[in-house]
Amino acid sequence: MKLMNKTLLSAAMAVALTSTAAHADLSDDKVKIGVLADMGGVYADVCGKGCLTAVEMAVEDFGGSVLGKKIEIVSADDQNKPDVGSAIVREWIESKEVDVVTGLVASSVTGAVTKVTTDNKKIALIAASASNAFTTKACSPYNAHWTYNVVALANGTVKPIVQSGKKKWFFITADYAFGHALEGIASKVIKAEGGEVVGAVRAPLGTTDFSSYILQAQASGAEVVGLANAGADFVNSLKTAAEFGLTEMMDVAGLLVFTPNAKALDPAIAGGMLTTTGFYWDRDDASREWSARFKARQGVIPAMPHAGAYSATMHYLNAVKAAGTDDSDTVMKLMKSTKPDDFFAKNATLRSDGRMVHDMYLVRITKASERKSEDDIFKIESVIPGDKAFAPVLPACDFK
Amino acid sequence: MKISKFNIVLLGLALVAPFAFYPVLLMKVLCFALFACAFNLLLGFVGLLSFGHAVFLGTGGYVTGYLMMNTGLTPELGILAGTIASGLLGAVYGKLSVKREGIYFAMVTLALAQLMFFVFLQAPFTGGEDGLQGIPRGHLFGFIDLSDNLNMYYFVLAIFLFGFWLINRTVHSPFGQILKAIRDNEPRATSLGYNVNDYKWAAFVISAALAGLAGSTKTLVFQLASLTDVHWHMSGEVVLMTLLGGMGTIFGPVVGAAVVVGIQNFLSGGELGNYVHIIMGLIFIVCVLAFRSGIVGEIQKIVKRNFG
Repeated sequence: MKLMNKTLLSAAMAVALTSTAAHADLSDDKVKIGVLADMGGVYADVCGKGCLTAVEMAVEDFGGSVLGKKIEIVSADDQNKPDVGSAIVREWIESKEVDVVTGLVASSVTGAVTKVTTDNKKIALIAASASNAFTTKACSPYNAHWTYNVVALANGTVKPIVQSGKKKWFFITADYAFGHALEGIASKVIKAEGGEVVGAVRAPLGTTDFSSYILQAQASGAEVVGLANAGADFVNSLKTAAEFGLTEMMDVAGLLVFTPNAKALDPAIAGGMLTTTGFYWDRDDASREWSARFKARQGVIPAMPHAGAYSATMHYLNAVKAAGTDDSDTVMKLMKSTKPDDFFAKNATLRSDGRMVHDMYLVRITKASERKSEDDIFKIESVIPGDKAFAPVLPACDFK
Repeated sequence: MKISKFNIVLLGLALVAPFAFYPVLLMKVLCFALFACAFNLLLGFVGLLSFGHAVFLGTGGYVTGYLMMNTGLTPELGILAGTIASGLLGAVYGKLSVKREGIYFAMVTLALAQLMFFVFLQAPFTGGEDGLQGIPRGHLFGFIDLSDNLNMYYFVLAIFLFGFWLINRTVHSPFGQILKAIRDNEPRATSLGYNVNDYKWAAFVISAALAGLAGSTKTLVFQLASLTDVHWHMSGEVVLMTLLGGMGTIFGPVVGAAVVVGIQNFLSGGELGNYVHIIMGLIFIVCVLAFRSGIVGEIQKIVKRNFG
């Protein structure tokens, strides 16, 4: 009997050993994650160093190694420039053994980067970009678009406002891929609900003086001014709108509001505004626990891209572990067949087109009187189920 | 160019360099070196400070990129088209600007460049802030696959050597002598019967076309044409490269471009990434205060003093 046990044990060990040996199939004997973000510009608060922290947390929570090999992280600043970002990622993949790229903020940069990752068959975990192009006209079997996109924002924020009877819209739009996409989708939603778009003006990314744009909005005769911009652009345009008295004449809708930007604004200006988000720290115990850990390291509460970067990295590492390889095709297949489930991803699934569909939240920016702490920025009004928030899979992007 | 031992050694180094360094970085250095050499032809040899030279770099890039994406041209024809486009733009801009001198010339070129910047920002075919993305590198002469980095490197090296040779040839030709005469004493050149403005204009067009050649090549290397290349920051950067390396020397701009691109690349990955502009600014200040003739200029002085 004893002998039997020993033989069984050694047989089991042999199987275990050979299986790990056969499965530890990692390129360059490690998994290397590249975090690309705007570290010092208009989107630095939205992802930036915080996304690096979030990815570091994911790697630590995962145990620092996968299949017995080390997980390494590199990061770089794309300065919101497509040429800088794509050159960095090209170098990462070609000479620095990077297996997967995450962060990815400005949609223009992400567009250029995902061309490079797709050419090289590497996975891009898009944590912060808004354009829906990465799962539609620029879709790729190697894209995983995580946190949110413009369709979810328009469906979440614009629809309820139009349905409440505010039908005439004017847009102040960030003049690049993201702004154009957001304005386009929001306009479609408005028209479908019986509203009209009376005009739009496009301001370059990083504009600081919005006065001429605000004056055009004021003269447009619209009921609602939609701010199809984000980050510091959103803050600056809303501040200027308040200074010019626009907020008293018309409703202003922020189509993409991140927590640090809402926090930077006087609640007297921003309080009461509706917006849509993919994550809010004060939702349940799991989100609060993670956010407290994030804040202890980063000094601020996480914005949705931070939580998205963590969730995406975790899901990727789990898939690498389960697949026993970092081969992009195998890992991606597994990422799509297993459901992400953590403090960020609720009722979530990574669809065949690379769109991560999960619960979105319609939130209201709190007024000063409601705030219990300085981080008490949003109040969740309603949960938007993933299939209501995101558009269905396009046949051309149905990567099995 | 006389074939000296020094030049052969340099060429040998350039041929083996991609085995020691990352080829895309080397290609970037070569493209900027060509751009800086083209700029130096104006600043160093005619004494004209064009403060909008990025527009020629960018125009070449956009034209090449657009044609490569939409018409399926082979890379050499795409680059030729970009170069010609920049040359034509240079012909128009040159006509408008060479009538003025000094600071006025610089301001006119800057203003004209900003006009084109706005066109590239707003025109539907340039993709605005996104730029043109995913430009194919294509097959050189229809059969050499340039998506291979080594093939691309030797192609870029050949283009650089051609541009460099052309500039060198221009500078040392009778035409180049007249350009230098204009630089040193314009009224005297006029009094000798030379039509100064025509000579300046010709130099301007050559410089613009070569800047376009650099931009077209860069676009193929990175498979991307973006606003960065037409922005006035880029016009400033090429001034920095030229001054740092040595204005009015043949090799100066090459060294300057290598130093600037090298420093940017070195800093971009590390903790100092946010300070890259401050560090470049400090280097510029030190350069202006301590060694005004640039790296190559100072070395030449030392060589002359001790061995000449």
